[in-house]
Amino acid sequence: MGNYDAIIIGAGHNGLVTAGYLARAGRKVLVLERRGLVGGAAVTEEIFPGFKVSSVADGVGYLSPTVRRDFKLDSHVETIDSDMIAFCPQPDGSQLTIHRETAKTVQEIARFSKADADAYPEFIELMQALAGVVGALGHMTPMDLPEVTFGDLRGAVRVLGPGRKLGRKRISELLRILPMPAADILNEYFESGAVKGAIGANSSLGVSFGPQESGTAYTMLNSWALSGNGLFRSAGVVKGGMGALCDAIASAARGFGAEIRTDAAVASISVEDGRAMGVILESGEELIANTVVSNADPRTTFMRLLDPRTLGTKLLQHVANIKYQGSGLRIHLALSALPQFTSLSTASGDDASARLGAPIQIAPSLDYIERAYDCSKFGRFSDSPFLDISIPSILDPSAAPAGQHLMSITAKYGPYELREGNWDTQKKAFADVVLNTLAEYAPDIRNLIQQRHVLSMPDLESIYGLPEGNPNHGEMILNQFFHMRPIPGHARYRTHIDGLYLCGAGCHPGGGVTGVPGHNAAREILKDSKQ
Amino acid sequence: MTRPTPFHSRTSALNEGQRWEDWEGFLAATMYSLDPLVEYNAVRLGCGIFDVSPLHKYEVRGPDAQALLQRMVVRNLAPSRPGRGFYTVWCDDNGKVVDDGGVFHIAENHLRLTSTLPSLEWLIDNSSGFDVTIEDVSEELVGIAIQGPTSRDLLRKLTNVDLSALKFWHCTDADVCDRPTLISRSGYTGDLGFEIFVRPEDAEKIWDSAMALAPDYQMRPCGLVALDMTRIEAGLLQIDTEFISAKQTLFEVQTISPLELGVGWMCKLDGDYFVGRDALREEKANGTSRWKTVGVELDVTYIEKYFSEFAMPLHLPERSWNEAVPIYADEAQEHLIGRGTSGMWSPLLKKYIVIARIPPQYEKLGSRFFIEEVIEAKTFSIPATVVKMPFFDPPRKKA
Amino acid sequence: MAETYDAIVVGGGHNGLTCAAYLAKAGQKVLVLERRHVLGGAAVTEEIYPGFKYSVCSYVVSLLRPEVARELDLGRHGLQIHPQEFVYLPMENGDHLLTHGDPHKTRQEFRRFSKKDADRAGQFEDLMYRMAFAVKPILGYKPPNMAAPSLRDLSTLKEFGGHLSGLGKETFHQLTKIMTMSADDFVGQFFETPIIRAMHSLSGVIGTMLGPKSPGTAYVLLHHYMGDLDGAFSAWGAQKGGTGMVSEAIASAARENGVEIRVNAPVSQIIIENGTAVGVALENGDEFYAKTIATGCDPHVSFRKLVDEKELPGDFVRAIDNFKFRGSSGKVNIALDGLPAFTGMESPRFLSGAIDICPSTDYVEQAYDDAKYGGFSKRPAMEICIPSINDPSMAPPGKHMMSIFVQYCSYDMDQYGDRDQQREAFGNAVIDTVQEFCPNIKDLILHKQVLTPWDMEQMIGLTEGNIFQGELTLDQLFFSRPTAGYADYKTPIRNYWQCGSGTHPGGGIMAMPGRLAAKEILGGKLVI
Repeated sequence: MGNYDAIIIGAGHNGLVTAGYLARAGRKVLVLERRGLVGGAAVTEEIFPGFKVSSVADGVGYLSPTVRRDFKLDSHVETIDSDMIAFCPQPDGSQLTIHRETAKTVQEIARFSKADADAYPEFIELMQALAGVVGALGHMTPMDLPEVTFGDLRGAVRVLGPGRKLGRKRISELLRILPMPAADILNEYFESGAVKGAIGANSSLGVSFGPQESGTAYTMLNSWALSGNGLFRSAGVVKGGMGALCDAIASAARGFGAEIRTDAAVASISVEDGRAMGVILESGEELIANTVVSNADPRTTFMRLLDPRTLGTKLLQHVANIKYQGSGLRIHLALSALPQFTSLSTASGDDASARLGAPIQIAPSLDYIERAYDCSKFGRFSDSPFLDISIPSILDPSAAPAGQHLMSITAKYGPYELREGNWDTQKKAFADVVLNTLAEYAPDIRNLIQQRHVLSMPDLESIYGLPEGNPNHGEMILNQFFHMRPIPGHARYRTHIDGLYLCGAGCHPGGGVTGVPGHNAAREILKDSKQ
Repeated sequence: MTRPTPFHSRTSALNEGQRWEDWEGFLAATMYSLDPLVEYNAVRLGCGIFDVSPLHKYEVRGPDAQALLQRMVVRNLAPSRPGRGFYTVWCDDNGKVVDDGGVFHIAENHLRLTSTLPSLEWLIDNSSGFDVTIEDVSEELVGIAIQGPTSRDLLRKLTNVDLSALKFWHCTDADVCDRPTLISRSGYTGDLGFEIFVRPEDAEKIWDSAMALAPDYQMRPCGLVALDMTRIEAGLLQIDTEFISAKQTLFEVQTISPLELGVGWMCKLDGDYFVGRDALREEKANGTSRWKTVGVELDVTYIEKYFSEFAMPLHLPERSWNEAVPIYADEAQEHLIGRGTSGMWSPLLKKYIVIARIPPQYEKLGSRFFIEEVIEAKTFSIPATVVKMPFFDPPRKKA
Repeated sequence: MAETYDAIVVGGGHNGLTCAAYLAKAGQKVLVLERRHVLGGAAVTEEIYPGFKYSVCSYVVSLLRPEVARELDLGRHGLQIHPQEFVYLPMENGDHLLTHGDPHKTRQEFRRFSKKDADRAGQFEDLMYRMAFAVKPILGYKPPNMAAPSLRDLSTLKEFGGHLSGLGKETFHQLTKIMTMSADDFVGQFFETPIIRAMHSLSGVIGTMLGPKSPGTAYVLLHHYMGDLDGAFSAWGAQKGGTGMVSEAIASAARENGVEIRVNAPVSQIIIENGTAVGVALENGDEFYAKTIATGCDPHVSFRKLVDEKELPGDFVRAIDNFKFRGSSGKVNIALDGLPAFTGMESPRFLSGAIDICPSTDYVEQAYDDAKYGGFSKRPAMEICIPSINDPSMAPPGKHMMSIFVQYCSYDMDQYGDRDQQREAFGNAVIDTVQEFCPNIKDLILHKQVLTPWDMEQMIGLTEGNIFQGELTLDQLFFSRPTAGYADYKTPIRNYWQCGSGTHPGGGIMAMPGRLAAKEILGGKLVI
C-alpha cells in the first residue's frame, strides 16, 4: 500500500493527460483503470482478429497541440493526415468532397452552386476567426458565474485576446451566432443542400439533436476550433488506431513518472470530514492520496464513487438533471474489399481511395439529418440515418489484413431508450437499416461484409462506462456549457470536497479526444497545491 | 372553492360565524365561536380539539428510512426507536430553513414525516443511495389534535392504550373508538396534548365520539386563532411568519438559518451529515448569524401612558398578530434593528409577548430595545425586554 | 403643400400608438399613419361576420406593461381586462385537465395524475415567479451595445448585474438554464405527466417555429410568464370588446394628448435626404414632413420596403435579411350558433378561459415536425378562447365567438400546392382536430375565417406572418434585436427610429418597445 500525491480514476485520454502533467510537475501519481487497457473511449481493440478497430472514438486530429507538444507525441505516434476533410456522396450519384485546400473545395462546390462557391471562402474566414475565440474559451477555466473575481477578469482578457482582434462587428457576430442553430448560420451563407449538409453534418455528430436546434452553431465552432486544420472537422488516422494515441500518451505519462494500473476498478472515493483521502478498489484494496482526480463522468463520480447520501440536495438535483442522452451507435465492418461508391464509379482507383480515406458523411442535406433526428424524438431509430463513416485501412493499411478493409460507422439517431423493444433485440434491425442506407450509395457493401459488430448505447454504457452511451460524458448542449458544465458550482474542475477534482469530458470544454479538460484540470490542481 | 376536510360535515355545523380560511387548499376554521378567547381558554383550562388534516404526511419505509430522515432533518435521530417522535426543521444546502414538521418513528423501518409545505419531491431528491420507499399519504390520513390539561383524561375514554405511559413526543398505534389510529403526544400549543392520525373514513366517527365527551372535559372545537395564540405563548414557530421557506424566497436575504431562528439547540452539528450541516458549522464557527430569534416582553405601562395622551384607557389586542413590526435600538426610531414577527397580549400570563428577530448582540436576556406601536394613528416606541422563551411552559406538558 | 410635424409614426399598431402617445405627452406634434382602415395592427377587433366581433389575430392580453397602462391612463380610455380563470385541456382518452386561478385547486387537479407533479406545482410556480422577477428589469432597459458599450450601457449592465447577484447563485443558474434549455427539458425537471408537461411547453413554442424539445424554447415560456394584471403575476385575460379595444384605448389616450391619427394612409416610403429621414410619402403621393420618423413596422418592412437599399450600409442590410421571421402560427376565428360541448366538460364556466389542445409534448412535437419542412400540422396544437362567454358584447345573444390560435402553420405552404386549397386544407385540419375533442363543433359553425401566416402578412404586413415581428430566439433578443448595434431603437438613418415588436423586448401586447423608443427619441427621459 503506497501513498500518492494524486490518484486518477480512469485511464481515458483526459485522465492520462492530467496524470502526465501532474507527474511532470514532480507529483507521485497513480492512474487506476477498470479495464485491461488504457484509453477509455479512445482505444484500439481487435474486435475482429487482425483488424485494429477504434471501437468508440475515432476523431483523431482534435488533440490539443499543447498536449501534443508537452507529451512529445509526434515522435511516438504516427498520424496520417488526409488532404480531404469530408467525402459526401449524394443520392443522385454525384459527390461533394471538402478539401483542405480552399481553392479545390470552391471548385467542388461550384458544381452545386456558384453562389455557394463564392460564399465559401468568406464563410470559412469568419468561422476561423470566431473559432479562435471559442478555442481560447476552451482552455479557460470557467468563471463561477455570477461571481466574477479579478483573476477571472484578467484571465478572460488574456484568453479573449483573439476576440479583441476580432473587432466590434465580429464580437457582436460571435454573440449572435453562439446560441444559434448551425442550420440558420449555414442558411445565411449557402443555398445548396449538399453544401450545407457537408459543412453542417459534423455539428450534430456529437449531440442527440439535429442541426436546426439551437446550440449546434457552438458545436460546429467548437469542432472548428479543435480540428487543427482550420476547417469544421479533422481528417486522418493514427497508425494503429486511437488506442495507439492513448498508448503514446500513457507512455509519455509513465516517462514523467506516473504509475498506471489496469484491471484496477475503483469502488469508491474515501472522504473524511469533507476531504478526499484516497480510493477503495473493488478488490477491497485501499489507496491513500492527497488528491483524487476523477476522469469518470459526473453521474458516476457523484452517484457511485461518492456516497450520494452525503451530498447536498441541490447537488443531487443538479446531477440528476444532467442530460446525457447518447444517440449514436457504432457499427464496425470487416470488409473483404473496398466498397464501390456509385458517385465514384468514374473516378480512378487512386482518386476513389483517396476520397474514401477521408471521413465519409451520409448527410445529403441538413433536412436529411433533421429528419433522422425527428424519429429519435419519439423513441424510434432513424429510418434514413445520418452516417459518419471512416475506412482507416486506406490510410493505415496495418488496420486490416492485407487486401481487406475496416469500416467504422457512427450511425445516428437512436434514442437511448426505445419506445418499443430494447437495443439488445433492435440493434440488429437498426444495423440493417444503416446498411440499406449505405447500399444506396455503395451498392456492393453487403457482399463485402465478412463480419460486423454493433455497439448500441447500452453497450457503450456497460463496456466503456459512458452513461446512456454518450461519449461526451454529458450532452454538449447550451445549458451544459461553460459555468454549467458539468453542473453549476462545479465547473472549475474542483468539487465541494477538498482534494477531489474532475478531469473528464463532463467538464468544460467537453468531449472529443482533445485532452483539454485533462490539461485544464491539471493546471487547476497544480495551482491549488502551490497555495 | 377551497376543499372541505373529512371533518367538514361536523366542523361546519359548529362554526357559528362560518369563518374559514385557506390552509394548503383546505377549509380551516378561523374560529368556531365569535370570540376566539373562549377557544384559547379552553386549551389552557380544559382542552381544545383542532382539525389539522391539511398537514402533509409522508410514509418512509425501508431499511434506510431512519437514515434518510437523519440526512434530511437537522435533529439527531440516532436515539430514535419505534414509538419516538421529534419536532424538527430541515434545511437546504446553504443551511437555510426549508420547512418544519414532525418525525414519527412508527415501527422498525417505518417513519412518518409531517410538513407544512409539499415535501414529496424534497424527500425523493434526498433519497439517492437509500433503500427506502416514499409515499405521499397526505390525503390518505387526516388528523385531529386534542390539546389542553384535560386532553389525556378525555382521550382515555376513547382508546384502548395506556396514555399515562405515553411520554411527551412519543407515539403509539392505538385504537380510538375501535378504529386504527396513531396517537402522538405532541402538539402546537405547548400544553399537554395529543395528535391523532386517522383514516378519512373514520374521521366523523372519532370526532363525534370526542365531542360527545366535550361537556365533561370542558373541550371546545378550536380554530386557527386559538392555535396561533397558544403557539406564540409556547414560543413555537410558524412558517411564513417567523420564517419563509428557502424554497420560496425570492432573495437570499429573506432566508433564515436554524441558528438564527432560535432552534440551534436541535441542530446536531458535530454528528453525521445532514443537508445544510456544513454551512451551519461554518455559520457557528465564524459567528456569521445575522439574526437571533428571541422572546420579548413589552412594557405595557408605556402603552397605557400613550393611550392616556389621547385621554383613552389602555386597550390591548384581543387576538394575536402575525406581521413584521419594526424594532428600533432607540426610542427616537432612528436605528432600525429588527422586527417583531408575532405578538399577543397573553390573557394567561397577563403580559404583552412578542417573538422577535433581532441582531445577535441583542440576544441576551434582559436586552432592551423599542418596538413600534401605533395608537390612534400615531407611532410610539414601546420599551421591550428580552425574556425567556417559551413564555408559557407548564410542567403538565411533559408530565 | 405638405404639412410638417414633430414626429410621424408609421403604423398604427399598439406600439406605434404607444410611441406616439408618449411623444405627444412631451409636447410634440405627432401624426400616426395606418395603412388599414382600422387601428391596432395585429391587435384588432373587426366584425368580419355580422354581429360577431373577431379579435382577428391577437386574442389575449397579459404582457401589457402596467407602467404604460398607468402613465397613459388607459383604464379611463377603456382598457378593461377580464382575467382568465381556467385553462381546460381535453385529453385523447376523454379525460381532461383543468387548471384554476387558485393554485391549491390546480395542485389538487394535478394530484389526480401524479402526486409528484402536484408536489412540484408550487415549486415550479415559485421558480417561474423568481425567474420572471429576475428578468423583468430587462424589459425596462434600452439594450446595451455589447461590442461598444456606452457609459450609460455600462451603468445599465452594472445595475442589472447587481440585481442578479442579489437574487443569489441558484437563481442565476436557473436563469442560465431557462435561457438555453428546451421548454420540455425545463418543464421535465418538475413534471412527469404528459399533459401537464405539454400545457407548460405550449407557451414555449407559441409564435415560434420551434418544437417543445428545441433548446431556447424555455425562454419563450418565461416570456409568457412576465405579464401581470393588477399585480397578479402571469395572469392572462381578455379585453372587453376584443383585443382591438386595447389599441383603441391607446389611440384614445394618444388623441387626447393631441396625436393626429389617419387610417387608410399607407406609407410607401421614407423620404431621406443626405442620410437623414425628413418625412414620409404615402402611396397616393401625399407627403408629410417631420423631424422624427418612427416605424412600428417589422424590421423587414421598415428597412427593406420603406427605405431604399442604398441608404443603408451593406452589412446592416445583410443583418436585416438574416433576421428570422418564419411565422409559425395560424388563426381560425369562428362564429358559433351556440356553446360547443367539449368532451368531459363539467360546466361551461370552465370554457371561459383558455382551452388548450395539447395532450402531450409528443403531440406538440409531432405537430412541429409536420410543419417544420413547410406545410402545416395535421393535428395542430391549439389554444382556443371563447371570449363571448364572459363578454356577451362579442356575439349575438346565445351565440358565441371562438378564436383558435393554431401552432403550427408555416409561411411557405405554396410549395405543397395552391395557396387557397392549402388554406382550406389547413382550416379543415384545425376543425377536424377540434372535433376530436368537441364533437358538436361542426354543427355550430356559422362562419369561419382562416388565416395562415401568409394571410397575416398580406393583411397586416407582418413579414412571413410572424406574430412577434421576428422570432424570439436567443440570437434575436435584447442587444441583438433586431441586430447588434441597432438595438437602441436607432437606425443607420438619422432621425429614423424603430418602435415595433421587432425591437427589444419583443412581441405580445406589451407596448414596451413603443414606450422605450419614445424615451430614446426624447433623449432618455419620458414626460409622464
